[in-house]
Amino acid sequence: MTIEQSEVEKIAELARIRISDNQVGEVTARITEILAMVDQLQEADTTSIEPMANPLGATQRLRADEVTEVNHREAFQSIAPAVENGLYLVPKVIE
Amino acid sequence: MQWETVIGLEVHLQLATQSKIFSGSATTFGAAANTQASAVDLAMPGMLPVLNEKAVRYGVLFGLGIGAEIGKRSVFDRKNYFYPDSPKGYQISQFSDPIVGTGSFDVQMEDGSTRTIGITRAHLEEDAGKSLHEDFHGQSGIDLNRAGTPLLEIVTEPDIRCAEEAVAYLKELHSLVTYLGISDGNMAEGSMRCDVNISLRPMGSDTLGTRAEIKNVNSFRFVEKAIRHEFNRQSDILNDGGTVVQETRLYDADRDETRSMRSKEVANDYRYFPEPDLLPVVIDDSYIEALREQLPELPRQKRQRFASEYQLSAYDAAILSSTREMADYYESVATTCGDPKVAANWVQVELLGRLNRAELDLEASPVSPEALSGLIKRILDNSISGKIAKTVFEAMWQGEGSADDIIEAKGLKQVSDSGELESMVDDIISTNTAQVEQYLAADDAKRKKLLGFFVGQIMKASKGQANPQMVNKILAQKLK
Repeated sequence: MTIEQSEVEKIAELARIRISDNQVGEVTARITEILAMVDQLQEADTTSIEPMANPLGATQRLRADEVTEVNHREAFQSIAPAVENGLYLVPKVIE
Repeated sequence: MQWETVIGLEVHLQLATQSKIFSGSATTFGAAANTQASAVDLAMPGMLPVLNEKAVRYGVLFGLGIGAEIGKRSVFDRKNYFYPDSPKGYQISQFSDPIVGTGSFDVQMEDGSTRTIGITRAHLEEDAGKSLHEDFHGQSGIDLNRAGTPLLEIVTEPDIRCAEEAVAYLKELHSLVTYLGISDGNMAEGSMRCDVNISLRPMGSDTLGTRAEIKNVNSFRFVEKAIRHEFNRQSDILNDGGTVVQETRLYDADRDETRSMRSKEVANDYRYFPEPDLLPVVIDDSYIEALREQLPELPRQKRQRFASEYQLSAYDAAILSSTREMADYYESVATTCGDPKVAANWVQVELLGRLNRAELDLEASPVSPEALSGLIKRILDNSISGKIAKTVFEAMWQGEGSADDIIEAKGLKQVSDSGELESMVDDIISTNTAQVEQYLAADDAKRKKLLGFFVGQIMKASKGQANPQMVNKILAQKLK
């Protein structure tokens, strides 16, 4: 399996990762190497093996529907770059 | 060209839990901004989600309510996108293995016919926070109280063909989830939000056209209007030989139109992958069976029982079973007053009409089921006429006491004493000689009409308290 440079650029944009023009060739080559390893893994015969989400065979534990958190707004907002009227302020996200 | 509309709906239902789906923060509506946003909801480093059992239970209850497959092993996935009201940079949702699989849902239309709408799936996910774009010096304000509120996203097959069907489906769904008690169903507070997928195709075709998705339509009426507008927009494009673009649109209620959202948001590429912080959720048969036993009588069953047990029309049965509160109220009146049909009439016409005028919910009614039943009993035993009963009802509404108290205090008891009525009839006959002559000269058809005049005079003279059936009978005898 290979990956095109344009795909790397698209994924980088979706993930909000900046890759400069002179780096993108190298990143593409390295991801292609990783995919080669995935190709190798694909060769293993897994027809009789159940997919595993956890090596201990554990399943998700559930918690009771109870309110256990109290208001810590002041503490959380003391480290925020900008707040007003209890709201976190961010760069405008709508035109 | 005749176009057929093809509609699929995605409903985001807020589940009525006390705490969030992955944290112990409260979900109370209307709290001060960010006072219900914990470290987990804020995506602070190192925080891990812990799944709320009640959210799982409510998902399963919904599945049982529509007779769907229950996902005995369901998996959470990450849906990746960046928006400041979702601080993790992804939403925890379910993609490949949802909690509820395929099912179906019978919807009763207003004409009494039934349509079956297929349910593709229903999955658990977390809600996002709220962005406020008012003037914050050119910035947006973010309130994360809603972030992490449990949602059940319910997805239909493209089985819906018109706005009326879409609205009927939503009303039925609203009724079901409030009967099940899994959501408060409060549309104004966003407890049920709807995305509409709509496309057109030539009538008779069985391939799907290109669809537009209309986001976040928040009332039954807006769903209807958005579909009508979108039908007109797409059919105009197609009739002009153009092609519909697959895109996400917003319904603007103020202008009654849909418009395209920014192309940036349309680039849907969520790169789902299994959520590594949560293990698969495994539900065993005993858990499912215990919940099945707790299922209440559901709207469809109640509607059918009302129609057969109380001889109600399909329409009346549907209205009186539309919410659990309404059904309980009606059934209490029907069984204690002794005449389910009269009870249906009073609940629907007088009570609901009065509640509407006062803009009150049934729960806030000043007239209890027992009180209304007491009033209907007095109509049924001929103590008062239906007309006087309306006066008594208004007095009950104003808090003047029980029907019996009011009838007694105001002297409204119907006159059924035949001697008293006969003397009233004699009076009217002797003072209206011209009309009597006219009556005696008339044929049967005309007589019926003229008889109404005499009845009216007597009702007037008795201030509405004469028993109308008896007056009719006595008149007919005396005017031979």
